[in-house]
Parts: sequence; C-alpha cells; structure tokens
Amino acid sequence: MSGPFELRRVPDAEGTVHPPYAFPNYRSSRLRSPSRPLVILPEALADSTGPAFGAGTVGEAESDLTAGHADEPLGERIVVSGRVLDGSGRPLRNALVEVWQANAAGRYAHNGDQHPAPLDPNFTGAGRCLTDEEGRYRFTTVKPGAYPWRNHDNAWRPAHIHFSLFGRAFTDRLVTQMYFPGDPLFDADPIFQSVRDPRLRERLVSGFDWDTTSPEWALGYRFDIVLGGRDGTPMER
Amino acid sequence: MAEATPSQTVGPFFSLGLCARDEHELVEPSTPGAVVVEGTVFDGAGEPVPDALLEIWLGGEDAGGWGRCGTDPQGRYRFVTPLPLPHGGQAPHLSVLVFARGLLKPALTRIYVPDDAANAGDPLLASLTETERSRLVAEPAEGGLRFDVHLQGERQTTFFAL
Repeated sequence: MSGPFELRRVPDAEGTVHPPYAFPNYRSSRLRSPSRPLVILPEALADSTGPAFGAGTVGEAESDLTAGHADEPLGERIVVSGRVLDGSGRPLRNALVEVWQANAAGRYAHNGDQHPAPLDPNFTGAGRCLTDEEGRYRFTTVKPGAYPWRNHDNAWRPAHIHFSLFGRAFTDRLVTQMYFPGDPLFDADPIFQSVRDPRLRERLVSGFDWDTTSPEWALGYRFDIVLGGRDGTPMER
Repeated sequence: MAEATPSQTVGPFFSLGLCARDEHELVEPSTPGAVVVEGTVFDGAGEPVPDALLEIWLGGEDAGGWGRCGTDPQGRYRFVTPLPLPHGGQAPHLSVLVFARGLLKPALTRIYVPDDAANAGDPLLASLTETERSRLVAEPAEGGLRFDVHLQGERQTTFFAL
C-alpha cells in the first residue's frame, strides 16, 4: 500500500513553541515520553473542527473559586483575567476555560496529594468559565502556595494555576500553567524550564495588573493565551 | 500571526479540574449504534499509567462528538460513543489526545475501526508504514473496540506531531 502523501516525521519538539516530550530533568517524563518519530499530519487531513461548549453549560458562579463553601477560603484573594486569542490574533468567543490549583498553603484538595500542609474546608480549587465576545475570561480565587514534590532533592514547584483551553480545532487544545511574576523557584523547576526559550517561558508568567486590582478587595493578575498560533502545531502544507 | 502559548503538563491532580463531571459517555449506552471504546495506557516499562486523561473527538461538524475520561488505578479508560462517520474523504476514526503527569504536551493519535471497508482507501493510512498503520487500528472487543495506548518504546502507539 502506498498512499498519496509523502509523510514527514520529526523526532520531537522541532519547530514548535511547546516543550519536548523527553525532558529527563522532569523525572516523570522519562518513561512516558514518546521515543519514536512523530508523524506530521498533512494539513488537508488534520482536524479543522473541535468541540463547542454552549453558554448554558457553565454557571456564572463557577468562575469564583472563593464561593460555594460555608465560609471564605484563607489566603491572598486575587483576580486572574485575560484574553484567549486564536492564531490570527482574533478573540476566541465562548471558549471553555478550566482552571485548578492548590490552596494558599500549597495543598490540593486531591487524595493523591500527601504534602503535610493544611487542607482548607472552604477551598476546592477548581473553576471554569466561557470567554465573552472579546475573548475575555475572569476568575476570582486565592493565590496558590508553592509546594514540595519528589522530582529531585529539595524540589519545590513555583506557585501556579493550571489552565485548560479549547480552540477552534481539536488540535488547538492547550493545557498549560500560569505562574506569578518574579518567583524565586523558576530557575530550579524542570517543568517551567522544559520550555527552553526564556522568551517563551515569559509567556507563562502572569503580570501584576493594577486595572483588576481593587481597593480593600483583591490583587489582579493578567494572563493572555494564544491557541494554535504560529509555531503551535507543525503542519505540512 | 500571534505566537502560541507553550504547553505544560496536566500534572497529577488534573481530575480536580477536568474530571469533576462524568464526560465519558458521548451518548446513552442504550442508543442504537453506541459502542464501547476502551483500553489501557502503558508507559515505556509496560506499567499501566493511572494518571492519564484521554479526550476523543469524532470530527466533522457535530460539536457534541467529544468526550473525556481519566484512567483508573489500573490505567484503564472507557468511552461510550457512536461509531465515527467518514468525513473529509477519510475513513471513520476518532481523534485522541492523551494527557498525563509526565507528558509536557499531549500525545495525538487516532483510533480507526477494524475491518472498515473505507480503511483501504484512506489517504493517511495508505501513506503510513505497515507498523504505523497497524498501531492506529483498534481491535474488535465485546460491545465495541479495544485500543491500548503505549506511550513509549518498541510498541509505541503512532503519534502525530503537536
């Protein structure tokens, strides 16, 4: 059988903004990173559509991670907002944005998290929202704490919020992590450092934002996201 | 053109944010034509991966043709889905993204239906090597299809660049 396409294969991260699969300093990648060449999908055969999530599927309250419990969570209250854009710089409307994070003490409300920091009965740490007409999203939450992990001796993850996003096409799907400016743990974190280009790493760091900082209430951080943009997915044209 | 935001791993605790709702049934199991698509995710040492997440997409214009499922402690996932239809001149297939702790970006693969008459004329399948092709086709199983994912090594699933 020989087909109509001369398929090209690449070893790993060639030509994209994304980290490689194999990044041995991140121990969990060692046995889970694909090691055989990756096939580049011809553009004509790639998925050009993806799932859509209607306005009715997400409740207004789901973007407030400090709500829904008997009392307020402990920690520094923050507002995280930004825009979601497609590769042409156009806003993605009605895009589903999902977030999850540790509490202010650096502990996830997850059975697998054994870090001996306190759970907060008033914080679960998960939220979602849909972007508006300008591609904007906004969450109210508390600033997550740094936490230890067992990747290497004295390993600590810089504070971060996990973000999950859907774009126009299934392959524009992005899961990433938003960090906070000036974190001293950046240099020693293999997950952050897996993005090799320092300029691209900066794209994962939110900016402190006076515009969404409100008096007597919360500090603001801004994080803009681009899905499927230049160097997002290698493709044969 | 705007530059894409880089990917980061879903980490070990993604179920908090991504599995709070049960989204593994794209249709009710009693729906005529619904099949079970299930399998196990393995790492390069052949061990099951208990903290992986699979998302599937039926393709085409039906925005509802999407589901996701986290693996259980034995590394297993399970979807209930209609069989995909041919579209865009391609044989019926499911597009699949695999996320996991340890994967810094998702792995993209496809599941094709065994013994589907359209497979022989599919432009992508025909352009792959025999080994690559065989690793994209599910096995028939009771009630549907079985498709194991091997993230690494000699038996690695055929993945597409992301």
